[in-house]
Amino acid sequence: MTTLLSLVVAPGFFASEPVRTAAVIGGAAAIVSGVVGVFTVIRGQSFAGHALADVSSAGGAGAFLLGINPLSGFLLMGVLAATSMELVRVDRPSERDLVTGIVTGAGLGVAALLLYLNVTTSSTTGAAVTIMFGSMFTISASIVPLAIAVGLAALSAMGVLYRPLLLSSLDPNLAAVQGVPVRLIGLLHLIVVALAVALSAITVGAILSTALLIGPAAIALNLAKRPSVAIFLAAVIGVAATWGGILLAYDSYEWTGGHGWPVSFCIVALIFAAYVVVAEIRLGSRRQPEPGLKPRPREGRATTAG
Amino acid sequence: MLTRSEVLAVRQASVSLSGHPILKDIDFALNAGEFCGLIGANGSGKTTLLRTVLGFVMPTSGSVTMEAGGRASIGYVPQKFILDPYMPMRARDLVALGLDGNRLGVPLPSRGRRRKVDEMLEAVEATPFADQRIGSLSGGQQQRVLIAHALIRRPRLLLLDEPLANLDIRSVAGIVALLRRVSRELQTTVLLSAHDMNPLLSVMDRIVYLAHGRAATGAIDAVVRTEVLSRLYGYHIDVVRVHGRVLVVAAEGEGDAQTAIQRDPVHVAQVP
Ligand SMILES: Nc1ncnc2c1ncn2[C@@H]1O[C@H](COP(=O)(O)OP(=O)(O)OP(=O)(O)O)[C@@H](O)[C@H]1O
Ligand SMILES: [Mg+2]
Repeated sequence: MTTLLSLVVAPGFFASEPVRTAAVIGGAAAIVSGVVGVFTVIRGQSFAGHALADVSSAGGAGAFLLGINPLSGFLLMGVLAATSMELVRVDRPSERDLVTGIVTGAGLGVAALLLYLNVTTSSTTGAAVTIMFGSMFTISASIVPLAIAVGLAALSAMGVLYRPLLLSSLDPNLAAVQGVPVRLIGLLHLIVVALAVALSAITVGAILSTALLIGPAAIALNLAKRPSVAIFLAAVIGVAATWGGILLAYDSYEWTGGHGWPVSFCIVALIFAAYVVVAEIRLGSRRQPEPGLKPRPREGRATTAG
Repeated sequence: MLTRSEVLAVRQASVSLSGHPILKDIDFALNAGEFCGLIGANGSGKTTLLRTVLGFVMPTSGSVTMEAGGRASIGYVPQKFILDPYMPMRARDLVALGLDGNRLGVPLPSRGRRRKVDEMLEAVEATPFADQRIGSLSGGQQQRVLIAHALIRRPRLLLLDEPLANLDIRSVAGIVALLRRVSRELQTTVLLSAHDMNPLLSVMDRIVYLAHGRAATGAIDAVVRTEVLSRLYGYHIDVVRVHGRVLVVAAEGEGDAQTAIQRDPVHVAQVP
């Protein structure tokens, strides 16, 4: 048993402090992203989710420059962007995409400036990579309490908003007839998306946070036919991919002679592989013809030939 | 003001959308338990009138008065209900949201809630597909689930926007019979929009016939008449009754009517 485990897990894995921090914060980010992501996908707001990630990267870059905790930077910018995106009144869905696109561009522009300043003042390129693509084994353990608090806040908000959010995601008119303040619920949801994105940004990085938000949710939506099951599955899939990715990255130091692969790459690769497998299984089951309806071409051909 | 038996009164209501007048001086009232057809061609303003009753659109003049309870005592089945087939929701989940979808917090499993949902599914004959994803249901099945969603709070007034569009003849008859039965059992007033009045002839107590932004309202026999509809359309039309069906056709050679008929495909469809 111990030898089997040691084949999969490189020595020192469970004792390593960076691994433990990564597992805790990564797990929290994955749970929150999975839960929130299901709503983001069914509301058709994947692009808005990605926009929040891009804009919040400016906050992360600013925090780096000021030498403060990057999570607060991601949070501040993300919540600001979510609020402004939702408060701009739009009449058409295409207009909504337009606003999202413009906000994304502006956010990334600011991020480019701040990252450039980071490079010129501290003469390292590390900040850019950490903010955009994450660096899980370098997360400071001091961030853990704030990260857990943000995660709990996001999950409680989702629990409170659950029914009205589900109803207005299904059809805003149906929700409005039942007295749901549809716009307020939409705004609150996007703010919670910003919290999820900020948590993911400090783990897999701002750019890759979309993968953690959308990937597990998309897989779960392929499997579940009830909202509660979809949410549960998305969280479980997210955590499995995150912890699996951490393990894979840790082990990869051994195979690659000390260089290792980035954790974010490993997590996203696992999510992508799982999505392909699940989508393929679903497609396969749909391709199979119904037994009763199956025509019998071979017999037909036999008769004409005979 | 409402008289005692009235559930809804629309009084001299005019409605404009983005500055364009859409409805002019609409005037009718519905009594408790009545079944009213809102009939008109595409673009005649049926959806706009229903949205005005719901309070989503404010009349520019005139008034819409609901019985005490207001919007909370209206059930609504929208015309455009676009459903993602991946929506992780069973028919019974949607019906349950009709009961308490506006409440905060996660629903706790409760026997009472489940019983109410089961009863409603049974009432609309949706029990056989209650556990299927709504996205995988046929149009007629989805329509039944939406009706259950709207009825589960026992609304005083049920608004349905084109619930019969895209259904085959058998499903149309099924849904109409279902609505008539349920509205009698629950004493619910029904206001249902349709472009074809024929499937509703046997169940309507009252008709609101829309054309050119105006409405002729009253009992069917008082409204669906050559003189009344000619006045509404502004040119001569004939109301023809054949084989228990009503056809509204423009007189031949009516230049104005020709263009109007092209705008009103319903009427073209009824001229073989
Ligand atoms: N936002 C808007 N601004 C201006 N005009 C509008 C607006 N929405 C609808 N209209 C116009 O109002 C008229 C009535 O539209 P409405 O949707 O109420 O018709 P309808 O009877 O429901 O038609 P259908 O049978 O196609 O559903 C149409 O001519 C339409 O072009
Ligand atoms: Mg309409």
